Amino acid sequence: MAIETVTPARTLRVLAIAAVITGAVAVFTPLFGSTYIDLGRAFRGELPDAQIFFGVRWPRTLVALLSGGALSLAGVLFQALLRDPLATPYTLGVSSGASLGAVAAICLGLHTIAGLPALWVAALIGAGAILLIVLAVSAEGRRISSFTLLLAGVTINSVVMSVIMLLHNLASVGQSFAIVHWLMGNIDQVDAATLSWMAAIILPVSAGICLMARQWNLMAVGEDWAATRGASPHRLLLIGYLAGSLLTAVVTAVTGPIGFVGLVVPHALRLRLGSDHRLLMPASFLLGASFLAICDTLARTVLAMEIPVSVVTALVGGPFFIALLRSRRRSLWL
Amino acid sequence: MSVCYELSGAGMSYGAAEVVRNVTLTFDQPQMVALTGPNGAGKSTLLGMMSGLRPGFTGSCRLNGREITAWKRRDFAREVALVPQSLKLDFPFTAEQVVLMGRTPYAGGMFESPEDWAAVERAMDVTDTLEFRARDFRALSGGERQRVVLASALAQEPRALLLDEPTTFLDLQHQLTIYDLLRKLSREGMLVIAVTHDLNLAAAFSDRVVAMKKGRVEADAGPREALTTERIRSIFGVEAEWLKRPGGKSWIAYGD
Repeated sequence: MAIETVTPARTLRVLAIAAVITGAVAVFTPLFGSTYIDLGRAFRGELPDAQIFFGVRWPRTLVALLSGGALSLAGVLFQALLRDPLATPYTLGVSSGASLGAVAAICLGLHTIAGLPALWVAALIGAGAILLIVLAVSAEGRRISSFTLLLAGVTINSVVMSVIMLLHNLASVGQSFAIVHWLMGNIDQVDAATLSWMAAIILPVSAGICLMARQWNLMAVGEDWAATRGASPHRLLLIGYLAGSLLTAVVTAVTGPIGFVGLVVPHALRLRLGSDHRLLMPASFLLGASFLAICDTLARTVLAMEIPVSVVTALVGGPFFIALLRSRRRSLWL
Repeated sequence: MSVCYELSGAGMSYGAAEVVRNVTLTFDQPQMVALTGPNGAGKSTLLGMMSGLRPGFTGSCRLNGREITAWKRRDFAREVALVPQSLKLDFPFTAEQVVLMGRTPYAGGMFESPEDWAAVERAMDVTDTLEFRARDFRALSGGERQRVVLASALAQEPRALLLDEPTTFLDLQHQLTIYDLLRKLSREGMLVIAVTHDLNLAAAFSDRVVAMKKGRVEADAGPREALTTERIRSIFGVEAEWLKRPGGKSWIAYGD
């Protein structure tokens, strides 16, 4: 299996296909659900189809698209920065920080903070706090190395996870149910304001990350390699860590931790497209978006009751990843 | 104009260990330099300082009159390229993609320009790597990988090329091919500085040999002068002798 060179023509071709797939997913997945709706009627603004399509299902599809894209892109970015094929958006503890914030809010019985939903605010605060702690621990003077970052992140992640378990243990039955529900990762209906601030952060940050793809290529090879080719590895590591964490934190605050998207989508695409981030990153964003939107559609339609989307991504992603692990022993392709 | 390195009183310590001490050297013309010495002599550290990877040194290390630490990385990478001892990849990049990364210091946008492609083509041609340009770098043999890394450095179109034991993993034929190429590049105006343990390669191909021991420069001269029997004994601690082949070429035999 040969990897094709990434040229502008090939990038355009692959991204056009990915964009068409994502567009189709965006338009067609809201049609599925317990109530039948007609696309034509919805677009003509006829009730109740238009109300269900634009008011209920489409915002949810958009959250799934934004979340899937952001998580996949953050996965590619962290894998390159840490030079670890097993890195995910959650490796460095940002999402467990978000979870800790949310769990604390549940335990304290908070519903709103400063007029905003308490869970989201607390999750963002938790994510930010853990990000700062990881940075403070891994900084050596003004420098920061990917290996220290990885070790610090993984350790702090474990510590935070055990604090979450402790809180869960101390919580009442009702709180415990809410905690488990949150930790499973769910895409719920959100209002227009939430959707717009998600988009306002995720889209520009993602675009910025994709535009730095040539630097991420260098970082995926090594820090000395990057430094002798005109890049500043410490600065790139810091920028990448902050940008990837921001994407992860915003998504996790709204949906809770949704597993496997940030691991499986990048690897599946790397197998097909190679490691050049100029192609891999935007393709991961678009197709990760589609993957999560499809998983969410399955989550709310396969059974009579809704199941957490994390269950679906893991059921689809888990076997896929096991197949990848097995193929690693047989060939070079992971 | 040729590139010019001036090291003056340069030193480097890792904690309490002083690995490079008070090194004063000038490289001001295109030539082929062999940097040699026993393990732990400070060769790789010196190369690291000269390639901008080890900024915490004492004394002064200037390139073209400007302190190395004051250069913009991107400008520096157009002047100086480094070939590391070996390169390990965690992700599937093709040989060609590895070489293409050498063009990042010239990047004007997201994609390579026709000049970039021309430079890559030339670099892969002279290193004899075109035949496996589309193969996964990790699937190549050690020698093939090393030639691809050299091609990536040449794609930077540097005026100084620093190499850390470039032929350690190469078979005999490719060792000679690479050294032939390095000498040719130095004749065409490039300053080439290669760390090596192979005194015969150093003697046969270089214009100048810098030998280090315990962080200090012990010899800096042409191969015949720098690698005399006495110097080899005092620097490397082995007995050696210059012998002449029937054809007239000289070589160094080690051991008792």
